[in-house]
Amino acid sequence: MRAVRLSALLAAATLAAVTGCADKSDAEGGAGDAIRVTASDDACKVSKPEFPAGHVQLAVENKGSQVTEVYVYAPGDRIVTERENIGPGTRVRINAEVKAGRYEIACKPGMKGEGIRQKVTATGGSAKAKLDPRLEKAVAEYRTYAQAQADGTLPKARKFADAVRKGDLEAAKKAYAPSRIGWERTEPVAESFGDIDPKVDFREDGLEKGQKWTGWHRLEKSLWHDKKITADDKELASQLVDDLEDWRGRVGSAEITPTGMANGAKELLDEVATGKVTGEEERYSHTDLVDFHANVEGAQKSYELLKPVAAENDPELAGELDRQFAALFKKLDEYREGDGFVAYDTVGDSDRKDLSDGVNALAEPLSRLAAAVVGKK
Amino acid sequence: MTAKAPSRRSLLGWGGAGLAIGAAAAGGAAAAAGAVGEDTRHTGSRNRAVPFHGEHQAGIATAVQDRLHFAAFDVTTDDREALVALLKEWSQAAARMTAGKPVGDGAVGGLAEAPPDDTGEALGLPPSRLTLTVGFGPTLFEKDGKDRFGIKSRRPEALIDLPVFSGDNLDPARSNGDLCVQACADDPQVAVHAIRNLARIGFGKVAVRWSQLGFGKTSSTTPDAQTPRNLFGFKDGTHNIAGTDDRALGKHVWVSGKDGPEWMAGGSYLVARRIRMHIETWDRTPLKEQEDIFGRDKREGAPVGRSREHDKPNLRAMPPTSHVRLAHPDSNGGARLLRRGYSFTDGTDGLGRLEAGLFFLAYQRDVRDGFVPVQRNLARNDALNEYIQHVGSAVFAVPPGVRDGHDWWGRGLFTEADGSEDAEGK
Repeated sequence: MRAVRLSALLAAATLAAVTGCADKSDAEGGAGDAIRVTASDDACKVSKPEFPAGHVQLAVENKGSQVTEVYVYAPGDRIVTERENIGPGTRVRINAEVKAGRYEIACKPGMKGEGIRQKVTATGGSAKAKLDPRLEKAVAEYRTYAQAQADGTLPKARKFADAVRKGDLEAAKKAYAPSRIGWERTEPVAESFGDIDPKVDFREDGLEKGQKWTGWHRLEKSLWHDKKITADDKELASQLVDDLEDWRGRVGSAEITPTGMANGAKELLDEVATGKVTGEEERYSHTDLVDFHANVEGAQKSYELLKPVAAENDPELAGELDRQFAALFKKLDEYREGDGFVAYDTVGDSDRKDLSDGVNALAEPLSRLAAAVVGKK
Repeated sequence: MTAKAPSRRSLLGWGGAGLAIGAAAAGGAAAAAGAVGEDTRHTGSRNRAVPFHGEHQAGIATAVQDRLHFAAFDVTTDDREALVALLKEWSQAAARMTAGKPVGDGAVGGLAEAPPDDTGEALGLPPSRLTLTVGFGPTLFEKDGKDRFGIKSRRPEALIDLPVFSGDNLDPARSNGDLCVQACADDPQVAVHAIRNLARIGFGKVAVRWSQLGFGKTSSTTPDAQTPRNLFGFKDGTHNIAGTDDRALGKHVWVSGKDGPEWMAGGSYLVARRIRMHIETWDRTPLKEQEDIFGRDKREGAPVGRSREHDKPNLRAMPPTSHVRLAHPDSNGGARLLRRGYSFTDGTDGLGRLEAGLFFLAYQRDVRDGFVPVQRNLARNDALNEYIQHVGSAVFAVPPGVRDGHDWWGRGLFTEADGSEDAEGK
């Protein structure tokens, strides 16, 4: 029933191999085998549009009048490497390990905007077919979304941290849940870094012996359970902001693939099914429905971006996902209160079951989204 | 079905020793003979498949299997077409699973990016006489005054809402349901696998309302077999209707064309009751009192004053409040039920007592002169009531069998008399 042809996407995503060293015989000017990038205020010249995969060196010279920066982007605007603050008249060398595939080199005079871009290709390794440009676009837009969520989270996290540092219990409680929304929407991206999630979003039962408990949920316990803010909490609030700043700075380099987006959407629903619908995630603040809603929003964003391809490959699945996203948002809307949601401890068992049924109804078809992105049914 | 997703039966054949292959062959022969009611426990064919297609649904007259997983579902969609599509998909999955095959494209060998169609825990297990039996609850026809699927007018008169019986302490979360699936098998994993996969197929259209595992059968539909004991240590339900007794089945179990409605002909009605047993207090009861309560001796299961289990009871020799006397057809205007209940133990309760009892399942031609008069009699008078409590209850119309690969559960209910599938549909 589900005979799927593997598209090139899968091959590109999983089979790419790093090949050996770059060809050393190519000597060009003073830059040796490096790729010369000449940046100016209105151009970004690259000495060769094709080079062997492997270790690559960019010899950058800024001939413009503005400070510039140079990026190497993989498809979907994943940052392979970058260098900021390249002053007028200066030269820098940038090193990177580059797998075979298509890339873009961007110069950003004034260090802003999308930059002036040049397409380049790293050759070698296994032959690559092109990634569907619609999926490439989906990945790039998702990265923009994830970045915007991180960017938008920082001011809210600072507001929360400020309230904690002032010892203002009520203000801190009010700022707590909103500070988590951007994170919850894009949690799979944040979790992909491995080291940030344990610092900012662990629950007490997730700790290993001897591990210090930091992050949102430690503060949640102080605010709602202990009902007091300690000197330690104030430091934790500052650390939370620092850790989130670290996250914000790394979203651009996250490895994002179309199947990763699809599975990330499913994982967000898994989060809801195991943590939120049970009331475990926000056991002291009972703000679970805020997280719940944000998780579903993040999943929907991924789906909407992948939909042009998924709907073509499996229109029936797309129809079902449209219906079930709408149905679950409708259920959640019944629990809205003010600009947020009712406390989850006021939601009775039968209502929780109803929400759980809605999560299952969406998560089951969502688990088939990755297959629909990969190929036709 | 492709070579990369072998059936559980074929896996058994490849991997098993000569004995297992021989057993599978014997099972095939038994299935080919078309016998439904034979006790297969000692014939080496316990692993065989019970035919899914037939005039009646399997799992009623079928020789009672050892294990049960029973699930009641709420239909969560209001879309009649989606419900019909689900019943078709369920019928196909059931035909595969009862034959020992995984659902859809199987559990392994599929696309790496997608979760497998089948959940996989029954791979390598024989069909284990799995039967899947579907029923339609009163709320499928009308719920909160709404005729969600345009079938209100097709509700059988015999599908009544059960009356309240004295002593009932029913938990709504463990009662009722729009649909039910009874999965019986000789291997518990095969039964659980079947319910799990049907529930998974149903997400978005149905949601499990409650489910019950049964670990040991308490009834037999094979007259020459020993009646299994219940958790009180007694044989109960000795004179059950035999799966081979076509006359009794026709009189007491199968709905006839004359009974109406037409779509129920060949079907039956199922009453499910979760009966909690107060195990600890029962165990402190003197033997004589235990035997008087049942009206049987504990060792043999013989009725009072008789010597063998299957001897005809002398009702007047029994205490008037004894269970056998009150439940006997002669005390209930001849009412007989086909019982298929299972013992359950869901661990212990918060007080350290066994959370155990009987999951009572009874099939009958009409609930109004089957379960209702018998239970009314028992609820009023049965000495056993001190040791039991009915805590869950449900009733279902069980449609006739799925005839072949093109047929599906409930086709008669959802198809107009002229044969068109769906008045509102395509």
